[in-house]
Amino acid sequence: MELDNLDRELLNIVQSGFPVTREPYKELAEIMGTTEEDIISRLKRLIDNGTIRRLGGIFDSRRLGYTGTLCAMKVPEENIDSVASIVNGYNGVTHNYLRNNEYNMWFTVLGRGSGELDKILGEIRAKTGVEDLINLPAVRMFKIKVNFNLTEG
Amino acid sequence: MLSQLEIEIVKALQEGLPLVSRPFSAVAEKLGITEDMLLDKIRDMMKRGLIRRFGAAVRHQDLGYTSNAMVVWNVPEDDAERAGAIFSGFSEVSHCYQRETGGDWIYNLYTMVHGRTVNECWDLARSISEAAGIEDYMVLFSERELKKKSMRYFIE
Repeated sequence: MELDNLDRELLNIVQSGFPVTREPYKELAEIMGTTEEDIISRLKRLIDNGTIRRLGGIFDSRRLGYTGTLCAMKVPEENIDSVASIVNGYNGVTHNYLRNNEYNMWFTVLGRGSGELDKILGEIRAKTGVEDLINLPAVRMFKIKVNFNLTEG
Repeated sequence: MLSQLEIEIVKALQEGLPLVSRPFSAVAEKLGITEDMLLDKIRDMMKRGLIRRFGAAVRHQDLGYTSNAMVVWNVPEDDAERAGAIFSGFSEVSHCYQRETGGDWIYNLYTMVHGRTVNECWDLARSISEAAGIEDYMVLFSERELKKKSMRYFIE
């Protein structure tokens, strides 16, 4: 996937400084010295090729009333696909990765309060038959940084 | 508590902003409010922290940060604050959390480290370990992405 300098500059701006105004694309065009049409077509291309996963609001799940946690399971190699389809079937499961450890399946899950989380984890245990499922809720957040500067390097 | 209108705004804004000249006007029309009401409401929700930021969520793997690892650390509870601060000081660390332990799992601090190669991630973990003086850690790479989606709120 090819990104030119204007794409990179645009990505940097729209990650943190997207204008919440009537004509945001026109405003971006003025900042970057190009046209509104150019901004819209660049954003369309960056969304279509997956560089931008989503353009919109990024929400604070806790303030929306959701609770999140990280879980890990020991899943036998031959059951990975069937267990993954059960786990991934929950809307609240947003990330799921296989990792190089005895605890090989790692997923994050969001639910409306700890009641819904416990319910989901109980169902996952029952449906998959995996007993080694650990629930690792965060107790302290030291750092969260979601923006990367794309113009350097 | 969120009002019903705020819930509807969250549901609308998580679907992606339309790529048209007046995107907020298009969204407002669906919600049955005016463009200016929606803009005010969004700014208010940002001020209150319901909306963390407004803009693009970018896929980093495609942008040169091709490798990332979750490094898990076994840190004595009374040393967690000091170690967490040192871990967080590394610019290559995007996330740093302390988490509960459970069962046979003893690791309590977690850092996401980003490098351009797998070896860079290993080197980073070693540097962080030396800087903090924490020797019990594991570097967990993702071998396969099974799911990665933005959360969709209030859809049930």
